[in-house]
Amino acid sequence: MPILEVRDLHKSFGRNKVLDGISFSLDQGATLAVIGSSGSGKTTLLRCLNFLEQPDHGNILVNGQTIFDAKDAPMLTEHSKRQKRFHFGLVFQSFNLFPQYTVLKNITLAVELLAKGQAGKPDFTGIETQARDLLTQMGLIDKEAFYPYQLSGGQQQRVAIARALALKPEILCFDEPTSALDPELTGEVLKVVRELAQKKTTMVIVTHEMAFARDVADHVLYMDEGRIIEEGSSEQVFSQPAHERTKQFLSRFSGGSA
Amino acid sequence: MTEIQSILLRLWDSFGLNIRLFGLTLVCALPLGLGIAFLSMSRVKVIAWCSKTLVWVIRGTPLMLQVLIIFFAPGLLNLGAPWGSGASARFAAATVAFIINYACYFSEIFRGGILGVPIGQQEAGEVLGMTRAQIFYRVTLLQVIKRILPAMSNEVITLVKDTSLARIISIKEIIMMAQEYTAKGLIWPLFSTGLFFLAFVGLLTLLFNYLERKLDYIKV
Repeated sequence: MPILEVRDLHKSFGRNKVLDGISFSLDQGATLAVIGSSGSGKTTLLRCLNFLEQPDHGNILVNGQTIFDAKDAPMLTEHSKRQKRFHFGLVFQSFNLFPQYTVLKNITLAVELLAKGQAGKPDFTGIETQARDLLTQMGLIDKEAFYPYQLSGGQQQRVAIARALALKPEILCFDEPTSALDPELTGEVLKVVRELAQKKTTMVIVTHEMAFARDVADHVLYMDEGRIIEEGSSEQVFSQPAHERTKQFLSRFSGGSA
Repeated sequence: MTEIQSILLRLWDSFGLNIRLFGLTLVCALPLGLGIAFLSMSRVKVIAWCSKTLVWVIRGTPLMLQVLIIFFAPGLLNLGAPWGSGASARFAAATVAFIINYACYFSEIFRGGILGVPIGQQEAGEVLGMTRAQIFYRVTLLQVIKRILPAMSNEVITLVKDTSLARIISIKEIIMMAQEYTAKGLIWPLFSTGLFFLAFVGLLTLLFNYLERKLDYIKV
């Protein structure tokens, strides 16, 4: 059984149809790369998975259980939405770290708030230990007392990844995690994501880094105008794309990054 | 005690009224202003419209007029005497008028500050499973405070000086007190009131500078 299943997702903003029947599934421990030109609906798809946008039609299933059904969407309470969000983590293009908190607090804040809301005594020491482990994993253990503005973009993005991981999401989503970075800083972030892939973290990555997608992803979706034009293993999509549009799109990238 | 000392002492006493009016207004108008800011941003159109209309009326008419109306209207409309009688009644009415007036000004500052926080901050809180209240208090609020401090300090300093308007309903604040001496041919007490204001505003300026420095570590 796939860990994530998306069925016939539709989403429009006014008259602008952004998602036009998206269906796919993802296996536990697999890495899915979503590629396509700007405006193809990739980011909206991620935002729908994370309940930042509400699809007009379709279902989202995690571990075979429906966590979103557009038919029931009007009944969705703030509370149940929050519960369902915990299946997913999201790393933003622009990091969105909290500027008033240190690196460590950025990672622990949500976990601590969650623990306070649950029965029993919150284990704050344990939460901090876990956050430090994540920082070590990100290669940033010496930065725990820094504020976000004191870090480079690449470091900030790695903190953001640690922050998302701290809640132990089943599926970690990345929305163009390197697009806001200077070219020389993308490597350190991609390295961390690659390590997560090796540890069999289930991930959905929207990216413009074709070489990286080809290298890291088990599975690739090519989207255009709100539809999935082509999908398959990374080898298939990048080496033998079946569709003309995919070929054209990839040829635009073949110069520098493929 | 010399005459100068006793005059200064009386001025100081009446300046107490200015400071009390200032303090009460500040303490009540800040939370009320935040409330009005939320109403103005409400997704329910009617609520937002009502709130914005209130802000327009209050900001669009003189505070002096509002003090007069709030003090006299209940009596003239036969609504009883909500303010009681005597000096305390006048002070209560002035305080209420000041609170409403300043809450409306503050609400616009809050609204601007809240809208100025990038939407990504809110969304980051959401995807981390925080509740709306947690996002506001733990993520947004301090960034709002940081953003609005300069505008707030302007408004708060204006409030100090506006407290003198309370004299319109015979509240014996410092300038009114000083004028009694002018009537007796003594002009220096009136000038000296300026020093009281200057000193108090000076303290507030130091306080705001301190707060700005305190929040300097937040880069928004």
